[in-house]
Amino acid sequence: MKSNIILSGVGGQGILTIAAIIDTATLNSNLNIKQSEVHGMSQRGGAVQSHVRISDKEIFSDLIPKGKADVIISVEPMELLRYLPYLKNDGYLITDSNPFLNITNYPELEELYSEIQSHPNTILIDAKKIAKEIGNARATNIVLLGAASSILPLNEESLKNAIKILFERKGEKIVHKNINAFDTGKKIASTLVS
Amino acid sequence: MKHLFLGNEALAQAAIDAGISGVYSYPGTPSTEITEYIQKSKLAKELNIHSQWSVNEKTAMEAALGMSYAGKRAMTVMKHVGLNVAADVFMNMSVSGINGGLVVVVADDPSMHSSQNEQDSRYYGRFALIPILEPSTQQETYEITRYAFHLSEQMGLPVLIRMVTRLSHSRAGITTSKRETQKEISLPKNPHQFQLIPFYARKRYQHLINIQSDNRESSENSFFNKYIEGPNTSMGIIASGIAYNYLLENFEDDGCPFPILKISQYPMPKKLIKKLFNKCKKILVLEDGYPFIEELVGDFLGEKQKVIGRLTGHLNRIGELDPDNIREALGFEQKHTKKIPKIVSGRPPELCVGCAHRDLFDAINELGKEISTQQVFGDIGCSALGVLPPFQSINTLIDMGASITMAKGAADAGIHPSIAIIGDSTFTHSGMTGLLDAVIEKTPITIIISDNSAIAMTGAQDSSASGRLITICEGIGVEEDHLKVITPLHKNLEENINTIRQELNYKGVSVVIAQRPCIQIPKEKKAKLREIKKEASY
Repeated sequence: MKSNIILSGVGGQGILTIAAIIDTATLNSNLNIKQSEVHGMSQRGGAVQSHVRISDKEIFSDLIPKGKADVIISVEPMELLRYLPYLKNDGYLITDSNPFLNITNYPELEELYSEIQSHPNTILIDAKKIAKEIGNARATNIVLLGAASSILPLNEESLKNAIKILFERKGEKIVHKNINAFDTGKKIASTLVS
Repeated sequence: MKHLFLGNEALAQAAIDAGISGVYSYPGTPSTEITEYIQKSKLAKELNIHSQWSVNEKTAMEAALGMSYAGKRAMTVMKHVGLNVAADVFMNMSVSGINGGLVVVVADDPSMHSSQNEQDSRYYGRFALIPILEPSTQQETYEITRYAFHLSEQMGLPVLIRMVTRLSHSRAGITTSKRETQKEISLPKNPHQFQLIPFYARKRYQHLINIQSDNRESSENSFFNKYIEGPNTSMGIIASGIAYNYLLENFEDDGCPFPILKISQYPMPKKLIKKLFNKCKKILVLEDGYPFIEELVGDFLGEKQKVIGRLTGHLNRIGELDPDNIREALGFEQKHTKKIPKIVSGRPPELCVGCAHRDLFDAINELGKEISTQQVFGDIGCSALGVLPPFQSINTLIDMGASITMAKGAADAGIHPSIAIIGDSTFTHSGMTGLLDAVIEKTPITIIISDNSAIAMTGAQDSSASGRLITICEGIGVEEDHLKVITPLHKNLEENINTIRQELNYKGVSVVIAQRPCIQIPKEKKAKLREIKKEASY
């Protein structure tokens, strides 16, 4: 069993929280993990990505080779497309639809969405809106993680357990809201896919 | 139980477990998390391990040497260009040798993700004639760091651990081992060991040369250098550090059919290299950074066999390695992967919304409209982002502290106004001496210290300059009338422009401190800063 996941977004959007949940769930499932991330200059509003690799065997490279990613999970729609060369032919694309506008030459939204939807196995959702509706706008990334969860080689319990571990010190309410965000994301994705 | 550690964190935990009594560092990507991990570690606190940031890499390394002199284990950590700053002590402490185990950790940044060059620290290690360790995985980083302290004491030399960005900033599950206790104070047995006047230095240097055979021997027999047999001898592969992982990635579960020499300890293991050369028709060298191994083996052994790698164009000469460019070097068929759609535009880093540097650059750019010959010399840190649009306020960016000294040289050449923009921490790191040069000669330059009270680019660490800038400038001799403090806020734009304009017209040294804390500083630290400011009463 092997799974390669790319997380993408803009510095400060919280892709490392998604990574931390997957990492924790993986270690607690007695699987091997390698997860690379970006620190330093790019973190300041630039494009950032994290390569997450899960396997029951030894993992060699910290970076995913091109054409080997099972899924790209993006918290920003244009950033999703930046990592397409890494995606397998039958890989999944999961992204939030809200653009992060800190550049002047951002593509037209219509064109961007139609480009994203031209790929098979795509889940394009307004995760931010969903997160707001359940009362936790900051849980956009957890909605996306929930939407991606059925593709990940980790069971739901271990992912939820990881959410509990990571948000524990922020109180039960925050844990509950994030679990709720996860469930909602999962539900919406399953409706979209079927 | 396995711990989820960044390569940097695995290294830091290993240093704690190796019984260090102190770590001395200056922040710099990709090395910063090593020291931060020790600063945040409860265990390190209980053990009273020193971990506070130093003013720069040179002061850090010298302090680490002082701790080693006292017989205790110490570590010093920096990014690759930081070693240039510390090069003076680095080159001399291999001559003096060490007392307590001393490990120098340098994180290189191939591809220059957050740096001005991609210099390869292995050259420094060879230059200083000391052992170099280059781990390939996070687990090996833990083990090699534990080993490094023993090796250092066994050889009586500092040991260099070379990390690279991708290893520093990637996480994996790590198994740790039993902790060693810290050493007691025990002064050097030879009273002349650390007295490097020529008379003693020659003896020490001779000793350093004499032990090079032991240094080589240790590498030849190192657990971390491995010769791995393979049935296909049409090619042999030398893979160092992280390149070894990328190589194995290309063969996944089948295993590599070619014989491999994995190198993680230097000086280069001659016997193992010869063995590979005797068995294989050609040699592929895989190493992240400069073609350090390739150049040496290619020059001397390349006549008999073909040596390929970065120098022969089989791999990219610059930029980091990855599984894909190694795949190409192995001669595998080309993959057909999806392309990045044309509508995707670049997204370079930028200053945070609300950052004080933004308001300063607005003022500089307004002034630029008035003066046609204005030259602005920039410096390392977040303020360097002023090079990029939308500001493009800075004409040069070279190294820590160069803004002030380059502005001075340009002023000496006749440029006026000549402006230096430097961050507060960069100023205390390497700007103060340049300021003294200018003060002594009364050079007509305007120095703007953009004081955000943090080492911002690396994550808002404590700045040595906090609350001290005015007294430092006064002490160096900046005239009171030409030492101004402004608050870079949009509402103050006109006033700030006026203040800076006035100083640009002054034909001597002026310093303008543009003071507003970094917005990334956590709340609790901001409260502490206010205290410092009150005490310094400005």
